[in-house]
Order: sequence, then C-alpha cells, then structure tokens
Amino acid sequence: MSEIVENQAVKSEPLILNNPTFSSITNDVSGLVESKAPMPWYLLLAMSGSLALMMFGMIGYLFVEGIGIWGVNIPVGWGWAIINFVFWVGIGHAGTLISAILFLLRQKWRTSINRFAEGMTIFAVICALIFPGIHVGRIWVVYWLFPIPNQMSMWPNFRSPLLWDVFAVFTYFLVSLMFWYMGLIPDLATLRDRATSKIKRTLYGFFALGWRGANRQWKHYEMAYLLLAGLSTPLVLSVHSVVSTDFATSQLPGWHTTIFPPYFVAGAVFSGFAMVTTLSIIVRKVYKIEHIITVNHLERMAKVMMATGMMVGFAYSCEFFIAWYGGNGYELFTFVNRALGPYAWGYWTMISCNVLVPQLFWFKKLRRSVPVLFVATIFINIGMWFERFVIVVSSLSQDFLPSSWDYYKPSIFDIGTFVGSFGLFFTLFLLFIKFLPIIAMSEVKGVLPQADPHHKQHHD
Amino acid sequence: MSEQSKPALLLAEFKDPADLLHAAEKVREAGYTQFDCHSPFPIHGMDAAMGLKRSPLGWIVGIMALTGAGLGMLLQWWTSVQAYPLVISGKPFFSYQAFIPVTFGLAVLFGAVTALLGMLFLNRLPKPYHPLFYSENFQRVTDDAFFISIECNDPRFNEEETGSFLKSIGGTSIEILPE
Repeated sequence: MSEIVENQAVKSEPLILNNPTFSSITNDVSGLVESKAPMPWYLLLAMSGSLALMMFGMIGYLFVEGIGIWGVNIPVGWGWAIINFVFWVGIGHAGTLISAILFLLRQKWRTSINRFAEGMTIFAVICALIFPGIHVGRIWVVYWLFPIPNQMSMWPNFRSPLLWDVFAVFTYFLVSLMFWYMGLIPDLATLRDRATSKIKRTLYGFFALGWRGANRQWKHYEMAYLLLAGLSTPLVLSVHSVVSTDFATSQLPGWHTTIFPPYFVAGAVFSGFAMVTTLSIIVRKVYKIEHIITVNHLERMAKVMMATGMMVGFAYSCEFFIAWYGGNGYELFTFVNRALGPYAWGYWTMISCNVLVPQLFWFKKLRRSVPVLFVATIFINIGMWFERFVIVVSSLSQDFLPSSWDYYKPSIFDIGTFVGSFGLFFTLFLLFIKFLPIIAMSEVKGVLPQADPHHKQHHD
Repeated sequence: MSEQSKPALLLAEFKDPADLLHAAEKVREAGYTQFDCHSPFPIHGMDAAMGLKRSPLGWIVGIMALTGAGLGMLLQWWTSVQAYPLVISGKPFFSYQAFIPVTFGLAVLFGAVTALLGMLFLNRLPKPYHPLFYSENFQRVTDDAFFISIECNDPRFNEEETGSFLKSIGGTSIEILPE
C-alpha cells in the first residue's frame, strides 16, 4: 500500500521532466561542456574578467598605499572589507546546505542543483577570503594569522574569535573543495570516456583518477559522501556562528548579543539560496536545461527563502525587543538610531528587501514565476548585503561617546574592490560551467525512476 | 595488448539495474568471489546482492576526526600555556572553552581529509591503467551501461565455463580482456 502511494507521489511530480533516459542525461549535461560556448559566454567572461583584473589592480594599489585608500576612519575601522567578507561567506552557505543537509534529509530534488551550488560555495568563499586577507593592512605579516613557528617565538591568541574565524573559514573552504571534487569524480570519468581529443581525455582522465564505476568502489564512495555530508553539516552551521562571534564577543551595542549565531546562519542560508536561484535561472535559460532544473526546483528554493527570510525578520524584531526589554540605554539608542538615524536609508533597504520581498512567496503563482523569482532574489541579495552594512557601520559610527562619532562613506576603492569581487566570482563560475559538468550526472541518474532495481516490478 | 598477454578478466554487459542486481546475486551464488559490478551510478541493494560488507571508512574517519580534535586542543594548550603564555583580559592560560571552535574545526578538517583520501586508498585510486579500459564497450559504463567483470584469478574461473555462465544469466557482448 505504502509503495503505491509513494509511486503515485513520484509520478505526479517527476524530478526531471521530458521522460529522461540515462543517456539523455549524459548527453544533455556533457553536451554543455563539449559544445562550443554560446556568444554571451565570451561576452560575460570578458566583462567579469575585466572587473576581476580591476580588483587585483586595486588590491595592488592597496598594498602599496595601505588601507587609507578606503573610506575607513576612526571609529569605523571595519568598513566594506568586513561587510563583503560576511556577505560572501554567507552566499557560500546555501551550497553546503544543498549538498550536505538536504542529502542527509534525503531530498532527492537537490541532485539537479547541488553541483553548481557547491561550485558557487567555493567561488564565494574564495571571494570572501580575499577581504580579511587584504584588510590586515601590513600584508607582509599576514602569516601571523596562522600558528607558524617564527623568529619571534610568537603564537596567535587562540582566545580571539578572529582566529577562530581563520580556522573556520579555511576548514570550510577545504572541506567544500574536497566534497565538490569527490562528487565530480564519476562525472569526470564520463567526460573522459566521451572525450574526442587526446588532450581532453588525458586531462579529464587525470582528474577522474581511473574511476570505473565498480560497485566495490561505489561502496566506499557512498560512505565517504555520507561522511563528508555529516561533517559538513555541523561545519556549515558553525562557520557563520563563528563569523558572528567576531561581533558578538565584542562589547559594542548592537553587536553584543547572543542571538547572533543563529541569526547569522539563517541570513546566510537566505542569501545563499537567493544567489543559487539567480544563477540557476540564468544557467537553465542560457543552456536550455529547463527540464533538469525545473520550476519545481525553483519553487522549493523559494520556500526555503521564505522560511529563512522570516527567521531573519524575526531576528530583527527580536533584537529590537531585547534592546528595549534589556534596559540598556546604549543598546536601545543604537537600535532606534539604526531605524531613524543617519543610516536609516540602509536599515529600511534591508527591511524592505529581506522582510517584505520574501512575503511574495506566500503565493504559489509568484513562487513559480521565473521573472518574479529572478527580481526577488536579486533584491534579497541586495538586502542581505545591507544587513551586514547596517550591523557593521551603524554600530561603529555612533557608539558610546558622541565626541567620537563619525559618519562613514566608502571610497571609490571600496566600491571598485567589491564590484571586482563579483567579477572574480563570475569569472570562476563561467570557467566552471564551460569546463566541468554543472549537473551531477551520476546523482541525477540515480534518482530517475528506472535507476531503482525494483522499478520494473511496479509496472507489472 | 600483445599476443602473449595473459587474460585478466571477463566482461559481460547487462540490460538494466534490475538485471545487473539479479545477475550479481547469481554470480555470488555460483561461488565467485573476485568479481565486480559496474554501473553509472550506485545501485540500491547491490552490496547485499554481491555479499559485500559495510565500508570501514566510518571508523577510520571517526578516529582521525578525534585525532584532529586532540591535536587541535594540544596545539592551543601548548602555544597558550607553554610556548607563549600571555595574560589576555585576565583569562586563564588554558581557557579551554575558548579553544572549542578551533578544536572542532580541526576535527572536521582531519575527518574530511581522511574521508576523501581514505576513500581513494580503499578504492586503490588513482589507477590510470586497468584491463577494463581495453574494452571499447566499457566506455559506456559512465553513460548508461551495466557490466559484470569476473577476474581470471578467481578460483572458480574457467574461461569457457564462466563465459557461458555469464551468457546464461543474461550477459551480452562478452569479452575477455588482457592484462
């Protein structure tokens, strides 16, 4: 009985449309890599590559001149660099959520989007790592971040959340990279076996490591996949919690709150899903894979965004409530100042984008409308950037003593470096969609109905 | 692929996951031990059909994750208490509560590295050369084809008998591949 019900549920909403076969999946996905890239690809690569080069140029200038070229001042010593760091790390979280947490929850629909969500994670974390790296000021001693024996016999202070951050984010990067690569191995073998030129066969063959799809291999492979998913799940929740402790362990009003870790994690998932949705809408349209990444997938991501968006909205109101209920005058002032003070424009941008926009997703029609989703997800990402702006800047610029207050304005180098980081992100992403399979073929094949060895019996 | 090269294994193709699963059961029941099933994706229930034990990787990863945690705590204890004791906000030198995030991070890192490298080690990868790669037909294993390979060094192996046995359980395009 339960089998019949399950079967009907599968039938009513197939994960992949157009009655795919195993080889149609292989052809559809490998075809994207093997065929010549469409014209927009070259255009976009040129654009994003130029932006990335601009960023590297600005970083070079920064190394020569020092962080005085940015808009940071006293009291706002943490400016866009730290905002961008938190923003990019947050974007990465959706990839790990999709690849690890949804895997543990047996959400089969993840297979259509997990590969490029994982790619997005890695590229976002690369962008994120740049900012604290260049923010240190004296770049030639950046190795002080790591516990490396040195001529002064000095060691880093492990009680500092900034050092926890170094470990958390580097671990996160390496684990995401390994998870991504391991998922790629069977698909690289597919590209190896289909390769037409010797150089392609050699390169894909090298990275496929001689994979031959043997069940004695799959056995260890699946176990390793499960273990990496199990390790990544607490890791992803911890990374943004650790990032939030950079703020929460300080004594600054607006930062010194225990709500930060869960609030940051929810915000990270929220913004990351918005980014995955934006990217998948573009990719499925340009590469005509709407039958693999279906509207159902987009709708599910919209539901995740609605849920996490409301968690974020709840956190905003909770902060306000505690600021009043906690009876701390400085805390209350900071929050009232956020909504009504000099950065009110940032605060209300954040509220509109993060709290109001996801309310659209109450309606099934809007959840399933690709243009609405596209616009909404871009607004959500703008809102999430402003959330970090509001947290960082409004708390710092007006703290305890009015005599030390100052208004913070970014310089052209702040803006250029941030825009350039998008260039780097999209450059890496475009190279990825050209040279690697953007859909996890072996995993998608595994969730097709005919992959189940008992599939035939249901039909009898 | 010279004339003198010894045969290494026998390869047979099967139609779909269900056929492969049933064939694997029959190969095991016939007493073969040195055989493997090849498919584009893992097939549910295949480990039981082939009589394989659970992968020991979980234990290895667990031990290495604990090692990572231990080394992480040791590093922080040694740097903060022995090598460079420094009073910060009046906190004790061994502030183990504050050492948890790094300990946890290193546990995950050691575990994850072990999961990947351990998987490769247990699978004897990377292995760029394998008799199976001589087969033109076998290239489809990463697309939509399903195979069983039986190694010649299996005690039950006999070139003719094994070939006809594979045919009798539904195998097609049977090939013998050299070392």
